[in-house]
Amino acid sequence: MPRVVYEHPDGSLTILDGEAGQSVMSLAVQNGVDGIIGECGGSCACATSHVYVGDTFLRTLQSMGELEDDMLSGTASERTPNSRLSCQIVLTEDKDGIVVALPVTQL
Amino acid sequence: MTGGTLIVGASQAGLQVAVTMRELGVDTPIRLVGTESHLPYQRPPLSKAFLLGNTSPDLLTLRNLAFFSERGIDLSLSTAIREIRLVGGRGLARSSQGEEIPFDNLALTTGAAPRQLRVPGTDLAGVCYLRDVEDALTLRQAYSRATDVVIVGGGFIGLEVAAVSQQHGMRVTVVEAASSLLSRVAAPVMAEFYQQAHERRGVRFRLGAEVAEIRGTGSKVGWVELSDGSIVKADLVLVAIGVEPRTELAEQLGAACAGGIVVDRLAQTSVANVVAAGDCAVGPNPMGTSEMVRLESVQNAVDQAKAAGATLARLEHPYTAVPWFWSDQGDIKLHMAGLSAGYDDYVVRGDPETEKFSVLYYRDGRFMAISCVNRAPDYIAARGALTRGQHVPPDRVADASIPLGQLLVDSPPSRPR
Repeated sequence: MPRVVYEHPDGSLTILDGEAGQSVMSLAVQNGVDGIIGECGGSCACATSHVYVGDTFLRTLQSMGELEDDMLSGTASERTPNSRLSCQIVLTEDKDGIVVALPVTQL
Repeated sequence: MTGGTLIVGASQAGLQVAVTMRELGVDTPIRLVGTESHLPYQRPPLSKAFLLGNTSPDLLTLRNLAFFSERGIDLSLSTAIREIRLVGGRGLARSSQGEEIPFDNLALTTGAAPRQLRVPGTDLAGVCYLRDVEDALTLRQAYSRATDVVIVGGGFIGLEVAAVSQQHGMRVTVVEAASSLLSRVAAPVMAEFYQQAHERRGVRFRLGAEVAEIRGTGSKVGWVELSDGSIVKADLVLVAIGVEPRTELAEQLGAACAGGIVVDRLAQTSVANVVAAGDCAVGPNPMGTSEMVRLESVQNAVDQAKAAGATLARLEHPYTAVPWFWSDQGDIKLHMAGLSAGYDDYVVRGDPETEKFSVLYYRDGRFMAISCVNRAPDYIAARGALTRGQHVPPDRVADASIPLGQLLVDSPPSRPR
């Protein structure tokens, strides 16, 4: 059960246990975490699951696809080198403990 | 004492009404009732990734069970509302379990039902519809045995399933009654593109053709007979000829219905304290013009439901938004923003032959919508422009080497002569 740490803009944390195969977006949405919307359900169509991935895990993630890269250009909060769409981060056991910081707004 | 709020329909819109009301501080009881046995879930993947893959339906879940109890949302699954009436300003609903449910406020988020194909033979095994997760699971199972699929209907669902079926290695024929695909929603150039792109991948089309009868040997489908007398071999038939909004309960209440439950920008129906949202509702164009539209999309369900939830919280949050939509057909990713209905001009940006192009729609010289095939940057730029009320002058749009974001202007075009 990979654990995900969601860091809110005010510094508070939400910690959830996910299932392998589930995305970081879907775990957050299913549990009603404020700050991740994911309206398109993970189809890379809405750019509302923007997160900033901590450096440690950023390097271990599958490289970004062209579509994710394009969609990140349309996020409501500033894009940084740590920006990813959490709908494209699929949980595996080796991602246990991943920390993602949530942007101030998704819309 | 209060009966609280009853929300009929526990899918994307119904869930959003409940969530919005709680977010806005409503602390009276909320009862969310749905006919299906699953927790509210995402429908769009049912004709796309979910159908292609092997994933568990649980991954489609929109909110887990704990979410509902934590928010004090009383969720009743596998429950239909059979009858509903208003007595002296109070409402009373009767469920399929015979329970009488009193309410003060009502949200109708009843969705839509697949339009039925009315020809002989639709009762044969192997004739399917696709609306809910059980339909998708049935279809997924059928794929393991089928070799020849006939899809009736060349809209988005039909084409998405055609792509999945083709990826499963099946022979696929799409039968469409109109003379072109996607005729309700896209310019001819887009329709021609989709036809050719699917044909390149091996899908066959029978346009301007209607199904006369579905035939088979024994109880199982074997072939489809078209109105011109020709036959197409089929061991699986998917009917995807659109949906009908579910308006029965609204009609019981005497709420105005015209191709859907009629609502205003606040999602208010013609009956006090009754709102409606999502596929079942028809309301003023959310982009600000006055014509009535009924939109079948996640975006519409969510944004209209937010307006509905606010209305029930005694707040006014009108539904104004730039509609957006997507369709995945194999490796062809379509993104749309705005509404193109009523366009009088369009510009094609990029070459459809390369499977990377966009179509920008104009009315009276004003940019109103975009459809992007494998050109997400155009979609992002145009969606932002529409949201901010910016214009995209048509003159340089066709040059796909200029990023669309560089062509946006703030001033509206001069009025048409």
